[in-house]
Amino acid sequence: MSDSPLSAARVPSAGFSLFHYASPQTFFPLAGKLLWPCWIAALLLTVAGLYTAFFVAPTDATQGDSYRIIFIHVPAAWMSMVIYMAMAFWCAVGLVFNTRLSFMMSSALAPTGALWAFIALWTGALWGKPTWGTYWVWDARLTSELILFFLYCGYMALQAAIDDPRRADRAGALIAIVGAINVPIIYFSVKWWNTLHQGSSVSMTQSPTMATTMLTGMLLMALAAWAYTIGVALVRVRAIMIERERHTDWVRQLSQAGSNGDMNA
Amino acid sequence: MLSVFVSVVRRDLLLAWRRRSDVLTALGFFLLVTSLFPLGVGPEPDQLSRIAAGVMWVAALLATLLSVQRLFESDEADGTLEQMLLSVEPLAVIVLAKVCAYWLLTGLPLVVIAPLIALQFNLSPDETLIVCATLLIGTPTLSLLGAVGASLTLGLRGGGALIALLVLPLYVPLLIFGAGAVDAWRAGLGVQSHLALLGACLLVAFAVCPLASAAALRIAQD
Repeated sequence: MSDSPLSAARVPSAGFSLFHYASPQTFFPLAGKLLWPCWIAALLLTVAGLYTAFFVAPTDATQGDSYRIIFIHVPAAWMSMVIYMAMAFWCAVGLVFNTRLSFMMSSALAPTGALWAFIALWTGALWGKPTWGTYWVWDARLTSELILFFLYCGYMALQAAIDDPRRADRAGALIAIVGAINVPIIYFSVKWWNTLHQGSSVSMTQSPTMATTMLTGMLLMALAAWAYTIGVALVRVRAIMIERERHTDWVRQLSQAGSNGDMNA
Repeated sequence: MLSVFVSVVRRDLLLAWRRRSDVLTALGFFLLVTSLFPLGVGPEPDQLSRIAAGVMWVAALLATLLSVQRLFESDEADGTLEQMLLSVEPLAVIVLAKVCAYWLLTGLPLVVIAPLIALQFNLSPDETLIVCATLLIGTPTLSLLGAVGASLTLGLRGGGALIALLVLPLYVPLLIFGAGAVDAWRAGLGVQSHLALLGACLLVAFAVCPLASAAALRIAQD
């Protein structure tokens, strides 16, 4: 148990330890300090990204201005995939090292991941209407994104159905890892299925190469999405930490300090 | 290890034999769901033969989902599961034996009865053979993945809907490869690739699912 108070006390303050911040007690103030940089970075990057997206990037030759939804669509789709992998990673770490914080991090990431998956689907549908003439096609990427959204829902539903946090953590971790093994299989199965059916002749891979400013805008927005995700996950993980550790001394001290107006101490 | 495997399989088959109606429920469900589709989409033979493989596969998924959630239920109720967890034999082997028995009781009957439904859906003998082959390779994988879901949701409230949410996304590749085989055959492509992919899925599930299910059971009974 690397996260018990005993082993936390054993960690020397001078040397760097991999598990120093694996304890909620030590991670809580660190997360608090990281919050503001995340919010500021998210704000600045969003402003820069949106400015590039709307004023710098040229109008697309074939799609007109409707392509500009790409600046939210693609970062959302990227984030939904990255967050699932991050979730599975933290779950695996939690199962291997038996660290409670890893599971907390994983469950803090899940709602944001589901949100990004939903945004990616929603914006994709809105983008599809003017360009393909339909809100939905059973394209490989759309379908696998939809299934990814269901995987997030399953993870969250399983955690919500179990009252004992220890069991909820571990059961959720197991399904997240099994899902992560399955994600590539799902993607390729849907891809091959789609090429066989050939229902619509829409291909997103044959789009012309992007203008540099478009790419810049998209990358800025993607970085903004990263900063937002990290920030919001830290807020959520802090809430989970306080909720789960409410009977411990450090939370009690924190709440006393909090009544004096300093939550980051 | 082999003896525990055999004895668990034999025990589960015997228990099922004593309560035959449980086994027949899943089969009846499979028959009923497939019979509903012609009523819903219309009885044109061409259309029916086009959707037959997909309908049979979806019905097989749902029938598995419906019955697999009771895989560990009675063992948990009468304390057998605790004995299995305490056993010196590897839990994964016991789980695998239970899944084997479960497949013999629910998966195999689906495969056996599939030609009858294929007849109702106006499939040619070749196509019927393909559907049966895909079901024969695919249903064990369904059972293995379902066992993971069953052990994760063991004893939870709302288990039925929850296991659907957990397991159905994982069933997607099987559905695609299974139902796609007939389409591929009609399109003049071979069915070997689809059967090989289903076999690959089975092997991966065979390697991963008993371990994952055993881990989930230990978590559930912690």
